[in-house]
Amino acid sequence: MKTIPDLVEHALELIRLTSTKLPDDIVSALKSGRKKETTGSAAEATLVTIETNIEMASEMSTPICQDTGTPLFYVKHPWDYPTRMMREAFTSAVQIATEKNYLRPNAVDSVTGKNSGDNTGDHFPAIYFDQWDRDDEIEVRLMLKGGGSENQGAQYSLPYGPLDAGRDMDGVRKVILDQVVNAQGQGCGPAVLGVCIGGDRASGYALAKKQSIRPLEDVNPDPVLADLEKEITEKGNHLGIGPMGFGGETTLLGTKITKAHRVPASFFVSIIYMCWAARQKTMTFKNGEVSYD
Amino acid sequence: MTELRTPISEEAIRALKVGDIVSINGTAVTARDAAHKYMVESWIESEPSGEDKELRTTLKPILSGGIIYHCGPVVNQDESGKWHFIAAGPTTSSREEPYEHKVIKAFGVRAVIGKGGMGDKTLAACGEFGAVYLHAVGGAATLIAQNVEEVEAVYKTEFGLPEAFWQIRVKDFQCVVTMDSHGGSLHKDVLSQSRGKYNEMFGG
Repeated sequence: MKTIPDLVEHALELIRLTSTKLPDDIVSALKSGRKKETTGSAAEATLVTIETNIEMASEMSTPICQDTGTPLFYVKHPWDYPTRMMREAFTSAVQIATEKNYLRPNAVDSVTGKNSGDNTGDHFPAIYFDQWDRDDEIEVRLMLKGGGSENQGAQYSLPYGPLDAGRDMDGVRKVILDQVVNAQGQGCGPAVLGVCIGGDRASGYALAKKQSIRPLEDVNPDPVLADLEKEITEKGNHLGIGPMGFGGETTLLGTKITKAHRVPASFFVSIIYMCWAARQKTMTFKNGEVSYD
Repeated sequence: MTELRTPISEEAIRALKVGDIVSINGTAVTARDAAHKYMVESWIESEPSGEDKELRTTLKPILSGGIIYHCGPVVNQDESGKWHFIAAGPTTSSREEPYEHKVIKAFGVRAVIGKGGMGDKTLAACGEFGAVYLHAVGGAATLIAQNVEEVEAVYKTEFGLPEAFWQIRVKDFQCVVTMDSHGGSLHKDVLSQSRGKYNEMFGG
């Protein structure tokens, strides 16, 4: 069995980078959003504040948002790396990151209400492993998912009577945009939507969540979904909800959609709302080197 | 821009309208889910005794004419034991909707800072008792922490650090009035406009 030297230290750096620096694609999308807003509007002022905050957090190495969220680690690894060793290392890194204030103590016992104080607890942090066919290359993707935006996720079961949304692509459009209206400014828009059409209740949300961290410039290989992504983003922005729900042009920074086969009886549409503080970073171990992106 | 300094008078609140930008100076108290449940259950809907009574007595004069901030900060305690705010943006306010109108009524809170807006009960309490809802930029946590000059006190850390009452002195903390004391709510307006556009899109 193989090991990774200094894995705790590397994971700690991954957490620091994720909490304090936003991915470049999100930063540029926020900047182009700001240019579309009316001069002197609350929407424009909000996006200016957001940009200043992003720069300041990066310089000071402090959290972009105080809700450092649920830490979700997505790991891809060769067959001969033990996952238990990685799980222990990531958990220790999370504890140290909490002491260093890169993370807020965020793990609350759902029955007693007690905060564990170090971001660990039942199924916390969330760590997912996928074995891949590459040798000696490990990819660790970390997402910090804030609670305010997570609360704006939704799962619809089609047909959905209140919107007259049927079991077709038009029904899918209706429910996705309905949730954008429902969310208003509460999930800290402008947002990136991650969507899964189909699957079961659990896989639908899991796949939608992974979509929410696809790079914005990334084009969906399925042309039907690629068109739908574009259409939802355009229509979402036409709703006029704007940054923080103040009204304006920039409601969505992007939409990312996948599909999963479903059983004939079920037709779920699962939607994950990712706030503008879409914190995610990737750490790669290859040829004995570590890199962060 | 209008400056608000605590304790805030009713007159100053009545002069504010949706869309006004305010700059806040003075003392604010953070309170979120656990703190709101506690204030209502232990201070308002029952007669407190012991430590609960003591804390109510301590915070009452600060809440009167004062500010509640919906925020669960990232904090740091230095070697001397003094706390500092590292990151402190607003949390989603709608979760406090069942409680806030009771808190405004009981303590004479003049301003509630948060994000995402609040509902009809809070809006009615703003009108009846002279209060406003102020919107800070969600996620702008490092920036807003720079406006916190000093942590004056902390209470109920057993709720967990994000859920505790943090009594803070703020300077030039800028917010937008999105719910005023005259029944105005930007959140209601944007919701109804965006729902209207949605209905147009789908011929509803």
